[in-house]
Amino acid sequence: MEKRLLLGDEAIALGAIRAGLSGVYAYPGTPSTEITEFIQTNKEAQERGVRSRWCTNEKTAMEAALGMSYCGKRALVCMKHVGMNVCADAFVNSAITGVNGGVVVLAADDPSMHSSQNEQDSRFYGKFAMLPIFEPSNQQEAYDMTASAFDLSEKLGVPVLLRVVTRLAHSRAAVECGESRPQNQLSPATDNTQWVLLPGNARRRYAQLIDKQKDMEQAAIESVYNDAVTISNSESAKPVGIIACGIGYNYVREALSDIRRTADANYAILKVSQYPIPVEAVKQLADASSEILVVEDGQPVVEEDVRKILGATYPVQGRLTGRLPRTGELNPDNVAQSLGMTNAPAFDPAKNLAARPPQLCQGCGHRDVYGALVEILKEYENARVFGDIGCYTLGALPPFRALASCVDMGASITMAKGAADSGLFPAIAVIGDSTFTHSGMTGLLDAVNDKSNITVIISDNLTTGMTGGQDSAGTNKFEAICLGLGVEPEHVRVVVPLPKNMPEIIQTMREEIAYNGVSVIIPRRECIQTAARHAREKNAK
Amino acid sequence: MKMKKDIILCGVGGQGILSIATIIGQAATEAGINLKQAEVHGMSQRGGDVQSNLRLSTDPIWSDQIPTGQVDVIISMEPMEALRYVPYLSPSGIIVTSSKSFVNIPNYPDEQALKEELAALPNVQLEIEEIAKELHSPKSANMVLLGMAAPYIEILSVDQLRSAVATIFARKGDAVVEANIKAFNKGVETSSL
Repeated sequence: MEKRLLLGDEAIALGAIRAGLSGVYAYPGTPSTEITEFIQTNKEAQERGVRSRWCTNEKTAMEAALGMSYCGKRALVCMKHVGMNVCADAFVNSAITGVNGGVVVLAADDPSMHSSQNEQDSRFYGKFAMLPIFEPSNQQEAYDMTASAFDLSEKLGVPVLLRVVTRLAHSRAAVECGESRPQNQLSPATDNTQWVLLPGNARRRYAQLIDKQKDMEQAAIESVYNDAVTISNSESAKPVGIIACGIGYNYVREALSDIRRTADANYAILKVSQYPIPVEAVKQLADASSEILVVEDGQPVVEEDVRKILGATYPVQGRLTGRLPRTGELNPDNVAQSLGMTNAPAFDPAKNLAARPPQLCQGCGHRDVYGALVEILKEYENARVFGDIGCYTLGALPPFRALASCVDMGASITMAKGAADSGLFPAIAVIGDSTFTHSGMTGLLDAVNDKSNITVIISDNLTTGMTGGQDSAGTNKFEAICLGLGVEPEHVRVVVPLPKNMPEIIQTMREEIAYNGVSVIIPRRECIQTAARHAREKNAK
Repeated sequence: MKMKKDIILCGVGGQGILSIATIIGQAATEAGINLKQAEVHGMSQRGGDVQSNLRLSTDPIWSDQIPTGQVDVIISMEPMEALRYVPYLSPSGIIVTSSKSFVNIPNYPDEQALKEELAALPNVQLEIEEIAKELHSPKSANMVLLGMAAPYIEILSVDQLRSAVATIFARKGDAVVEANIKAFNKGVETSSL
């Protein structure tokens, strides 16, 4: 068997290719981006013609995957956790239609918000949509589970959610990689009553989804990924029961790796990597144990379930009781502490230390946009700049401190509109090119239809910069999109964000702010990171 | 023989930390040593602090992250970044770092105080950028650092690491391989003095 050193993300990608994948549909988002990038450059995937171009957003991705599934083929959808919010309509309803070819939806959660605005737990979406969930504990499981998830998806006729967290997505280890399975043949679905969700059909399909819940639980009971492990050198007392989910299992095993040498250690572990939670196994563990500690990364999804299963009197510990921190990711230290052990530092924290936050690159065009905006902000008493998601969110930090908000993809334009509706002037939105096509276009149409007095800056660096320079869906189309949405041609302005053009940029902003209506300014210059990469690629040829 | 080494690689985004990780990873794979390497992607690359937890062991490795107080070697491209991870250092651990500050923040600490604090800890430090410049290969500063750290990695020999340097840079041609090996050797030589 071939052994390869792979990131958790890459293990999922290769697992999917070898499981007969026909298409990956995704929008870039940390920590999920490397999955699609791996498939895009993988030779096996190229030879098989696996479809892998980036999508405009997570919803279009989910729907296209469902279309591929309709035709009998296997499709993978990848996104970061907040992408689940964007594709939720398609995702939840795909549980009602069910699938033909296997569909695996990969959500990469970011507890501790390393590169995100919240730490929502995608397992809630799996439960909400009543679908099976897989949660690998390590890179090998990430590889193996992707194939298992496709198999289960086709066996039960439903999409399957695969959930990872940052620490697994972005950690490398050796993975044993198996043989390739052929891709599915084209075999379009024929039963329209399954796919046309008119109420009459949808009611029947929903009843069927509920019927399948017992099959999903049975699959979790039989799963090779769920396991009971006892670590004990004592039979004197009832063990401490631990339910360890996904990567939480590793931290538990890390903490207990030296325990065999200490007296009276007695732990019974239920490893959970496939959901729904196997109820009988939880009850048995509880009966045999003195208490249950739930170790799960993210939010207390399982802890809440276990409380319901065991009733109010059984002692269940976890994030809700403070045994583990309520917020932030698990780590070997806080899990050890929850087991009554301390990983003590040998040296005190250093004194001569300062935070080194990320910054916009020197020479980045966004810098020039903010340089101009800072000047503009001085000219109006109530000027507010509503920001969005991307590198340019860093405009909120010194030296610019230019942003009033950053909430979700596309919210800059719509919040500026709401603020203008309230009477705020000037209301300015700053949004990147990729974020604009992801979720900004519809908001701009609202503003045009309402003749809102806003100035929208689409800071176009010809790429999806923050996630490492992926293709941006709207490149070369922005003026046409804005005109198509009804922005007046004389109020779609393009500038080149360079320090030497500063007077022109500021003047353009002044003029468009003075216009009472929707105006769009497009500062356009290639991201310096992708420009350098393109230059290197050109030299290499 | 059972052995394990926990390493933190750190520096500022763009200093070449991840290529050091790639080389150690290559050497470990070649030697059949178990490895887990957690790295930082995304926002932190923009001139912010960057770190990678690298665990090497003859036994299976559980956690991708290293527990507090267990790091054997902190390998840092920047002295203040080395100090950031001091609570992770084991009582017998060592810091191997570039001595040259990378100042891209307004509140960078007093350099003399920083130097003194670092000197009070188990450490090896060197002007790696200067050495790389003297070797007419300024881009190989990270390989000088890896060479300095090589004798402390122990679970992999200096020769195994050197051969991984050659393997990783092979794609870029003989001249690049030679420059990086030279930088690596200089690092080994200096830290062994």
